[in-house]
Amino acid sequence: MSNQSQSFKRLTGSLTFQKRFSMTVRLIIALFLIAFAVFPVIWIVSASFDNSNSLATQNLIPVQAGIKNYQRLFNLDPQFRFGDLNYWRWLWNSIKVSGITTILNLSLTTMAAYAFSRLRFTGRVTVLKAILLIQVFPNLLALVAIYVIIFQFGEIIPALGLNTHAGLIMVYLGGSMGMNIWLMKGFLDTIPRAIDESGMVDGASHFQIFWTLLLPLLRPILVVIGILGFIGTYGDFLLARILLTDVDKYTLMVGLQIFTAGMFDKKWGVFAAGALIGALPIMITYLSLQDQIAGGLTAGAVKE
Amino acid sequence: MTATAGQSKRTRATGESFFSRIIRWILIAFFDAGAIWFIIQALTLGFDQIAIVLGIIVLMLNAIFLWPKAYPYRWMALGLSFMIMFTIYPMVFTLYVAFTNYGDGHLLTKNQALPLIEKITYLPEGAPSYTWTAFKSADGNYALWLVDAEGNTFLGKPGEPIAAARPGDPGIGEADAKGIPASIAGYERINALVAVTDQNLPEILFGAEGAGGVKITSPTTASALEQRFIYDPDNDLFVDQSNGDIYNNVHGTFTTKDGKTIKPGFREVVGFENFINFLTSPALRGPLVTILIWNFIFPAVSVLSTFALGLAIAIMYNDKDFPFKKVIRTLLLIPYTIPSVITILIWRGMFSPEFGIINRMIEPLFGWAPPWTTEAFWARAAILIVNLWLGFPYMMLITSGALQSIPGDLYEAATVDGASGWKRFTKITLPLLLVAVGPLLIASFIFNFNNFGLIYLFIGGGPPIAGASTQAGYTDILISYVYNLAFASGGRGVQYGFASAISLVLFILVGSITLVQYKFTNMWEEVSENV
Repeated sequence: MSNQSQSFKRLTGSLTFQKRFSMTVRLIIALFLIAFAVFPVIWIVSASFDNSNSLATQNLIPVQAGIKNYQRLFNLDPQFRFGDLNYWRWLWNSIKVSGITTILNLSLTTMAAYAFSRLRFTGRVTVLKAILLIQVFPNLLALVAIYVIIFQFGEIIPALGLNTHAGLIMVYLGGSMGMNIWLMKGFLDTIPRAIDESGMVDGASHFQIFWTLLLPLLRPILVVIGILGFIGTYGDFLLARILLTDVDKYTLMVGLQIFTAGMFDKKWGVFAAGALIGALPIMITYLSLQDQIAGGLTAGAVKE
Repeated sequence: MTATAGQSKRTRATGESFFSRIIRWILIAFFDAGAIWFIIQALTLGFDQIAIVLGIIVLMLNAIFLWPKAYPYRWMALGLSFMIMFTIYPMVFTLYVAFTNYGDGHLLTKNQALPLIEKITYLPEGAPSYTWTAFKSADGNYALWLVDAEGNTFLGKPGEPIAAARPGDPGIGEADAKGIPASIAGYERINALVAVTDQNLPEILFGAEGAGGVKITSPTTASALEQRFIYDPDNDLFVDQSNGDIYNNVHGTFTTKDGKTIKPGFREVVGFENFINFLTSPALRGPLVTILIWNFIFPAVSVLSTFALGLAIAIMYNDKDFPFKKVIRTLLLIPYTIPSVITILIWRGMFSPEFGIINRMIEPLFGWAPPWTTEAFWARAAILIVNLWLGFPYMMLITSGALQSIPGDLYEAATVDGASGWKRFTKITLPLLLVAVGPLLIASFIFNFNNFGLIYLFIGGGPPIAGASTQAGYTDILISYVYNLAFASGGRGVQYGFASAISLVLFILVGSITLVQYKFTNMWEEVSENV
């Protein structure tokens, strides 16, 4: 109620000179901040359309504007050959690995969260706490151990070893039983139990209740968590860098890094084209989801 | 009500149809068969630890899926298995490796290394020697007909023990004038002249591997090799049969008193040697101290700078009726929306001292431009600027969310009491904000504490620290240093043991910071109440 009267006052109250001045100053500051935030993006867009492909001569408005860098990126320019450039393959690898990881991760965490939220059993609190405690030590820090484990898996079943996407996905899944379980359990706890009970009366099994009654209600949240998880895996560098050794197996983030080997300044335009294609879909998704993301970020910390 | 719900739950858990129970048992049987095969493979390859962990996981899964009371755990069985395999086991393994000399020259286990050493052979003087005749099969395999000094005849094939054989035996043709069979089933006799010039033949070991095998030593003779090193398990040493040298086990390498060694070495527990090494060896300690100090400065400054800028933005544009608020927010959010690997590489190009746009802008203004990649101070400054760009939108998001949750009447009351704007900020806004976003700031600190991507992609940890015995640079943090030790050895050899020792230190540091975070937020108590 008080909120409403406040904004009402603000709307009707006339803008004094002081207010007007402060607003102008803040708008000017905003312009500077926006320039800082957006400049690298504009710069990379410009570089990608600069046919000279050179870091040293690039201007904000390309002198030799054109789409040559994109042709070079897709190996369509016979005069430009650069190492093992295989852009579509990297992009596909990234989408494949992130997609499979996200779907499996969501299934594992949602099902576990269902049990924690709806079933009562011995060890429930202990396991929940253990998951929280293990979260303290990110598995990324054990990179040497993970490398050795995946190497040993590969000696037994080559399809799960180093330089395979399956091995990488397994390691990603190893870190899945973490905060997400707490998050999902929190969401499940907010769904009234009456819904489950209506299913139980009809004689539905736990799995039927989970699948037909609760999952549809969780879908919007699952989509947001899924998209964020996808983007997170898509952007991972360290584990992919360690476990994938073949250029053809690289994910996009590892692949883009090889542009920096040798003469980065002579491949700048092609790199820019590749960076843009890799970043734009993620950027658009993020910006269109910004409200949900802002909500999710503070959900754990801000108490209503 | 609760009692009936509990009852129905119990029947639901166990009330499984006969048919689905059979299916479940069959699936478990298949899974177990596969798992047991995998474990046996792991054991034969000497991966004992992984076999043990898998064994524990298999037992756990069997208990969960066979024991009706464990029904709720079926919902998380797979997730728990992955967690044990790829989160808990790596921690335990790191703990173990940190106390070993695992690394180049010590990659095998002792059980794997001993047979390899025992297979090393030498040609003793007066070893039994034979005259030989070579045979070759259509697909390129060789066989050797051997005649010893007493006239006994043998047949040798690679990988099979040398066996006594006589012309006319099954599969062996009749003898010619010299008593050598004209043919052997599947093989053709090679003309002696051709055999002498055949480059492959002297390389091949006929007979089983190790002692007793026969190699061609001259155009006319072939000799039996003998085991060179004989292991004495009681004293854990090898004796060289060719000259009587004694090789003692020194930290995973068999070494003589005058420093001769046998390859391969093996992995052995060396106690605190890795830890003592980086405390005492000046070449290791030097970079480690530099790295450790920077490892705290980097995340601290990053969190403070991003938080300050993010909060300033959130406060400045917090008014509901600020013009273009939505547009400003969206544009300022852009750095957060691009995968950081990509933007770090873009910044790397822009910060290039010779060609980058930043120095091309600074140079004309001041006649001088900072050496962003070659001097420690400027490299660190550049990394902090990039991280400010990467991180402030996140801080903006979380602080503007938290600002809105601060009740407005607090400010009204403060205004009535005559508090100035600054006072209201320091006494109301900041404390309440810190309660809300404090844990996220700690999480951000931890993230940057291990921000491998930024450090590695920007200039690979450079510029290099002079005089370091391992690859290390002024912007390296512990995790990138670990990476260098384990994977980017550059001819120095991988040092898993040493890298794991540092990982262990990282675990302890990160773990204690997070536990402080839990304490700070009362998360533990809250969790205990809410579960």
